[in-house]
Amino acid sequence: MMIGAEGASSSKKARISENPVSKNRPYFALVVDDDPMIRRIHSMILKSVGFKVEVAENGKEAVDLFRTGAKFHIVFIDMEMPVMDGIEATKAMRAMKVESKIVGVTSRNSETEREVFMQAGLDLCYTKPLTMAKIVPLLEELQKN
Amino acid sequence: MDAVARLHRQLVDYSNSLFQEGILDNQFGHLQQLQDESNPDFVAEVVNLYFKDSERLLNEITVALDQQNVDFTKVGGHVHQLKGSSSSIGAQRVNNVCTAFRSFCEEKNIEGCQQYLQHLKQEYYLVKNKLQTLFQLQQQLLSAGGSIPAYEMR
Repeated sequence: MMIGAEGASSSKKARISENPVSKNRPYFALVVDDDPMIRRIHSMILKSVGFKVEVAENGKEAVDLFRTGAKFHIVFIDMEMPVMDGIEATKAMRAMKVESKIVGVTSRNSETEREVFMQAGLDLCYTKPLTMAKIVPLLEELQKN
Repeated sequence: MDAVARLHRQLVDYSNSLFQEGILDNQFGHLQQLQDESNPDFVAEVVNLYFKDSERLLNEITVALDQQNVDFTKVGGHVHQLKGSSSSIGAQRVNNVCTAFRSFCEEKNIEGCQQYLQHLKQEYYLVKNKLQTLFQLQQQLLSAGGSIPAYEMR
């Protein structure tokens, strides 16, 4: 990691202004995680590329948001949460015919556990933490569609 | 060298040392890059959440290992959580110790777990101390009229 002389603000502004999301219609993302630190980090990363972000602390809150008519282009959901975990919440959202892209985000490395999570209805599953490198291709895919 | 330049140099050198020693990794740099004028305290907010949660988890691990019948699944769960949050803020050495600690939990090795709990506490308090010093240096630079340098990924 090198520290450069260039100011962060000018490069940040260039990144946002070059992002088509901020020029055209906004994309809405839902971050579902019981860890407030993760919710903060993931929200910040998503906002930095132009998403409008809402958060939920567990799977039940996420499902309730969809039940009340909220719509999101993409959902980032943790696997292990109290009240309702990511697997049950994903199954519930798909049963409700939620068409949002649902991306699992987990720190679990077990292939078996990830496969169970995928089978619940995920579009894909990432290992924590989310990074720009993981989010940008998702955004580009949303823009193509 | 004037005061701002001196403080700037001190901050750059100190920050670089944290990465060179493996205490922090690029994930911390990513968080630094997200901070801007509209969220000037983002990194400090996230790090303070990390401190609060980590100390809770360390306490729970300590209590759990102190039981007559240790629930290694519970201990492993706490270690796993701490590993996840440590990797999310870039606390690389804490993350690495958690990985090794988890193996002892899976083996139900009480001596290994107790040994690694001490190791984990050492690494956690080291990164906490280093980050608090980093924030102090940043504050000193800002108070002197300087600005926090941008971080570029290697």
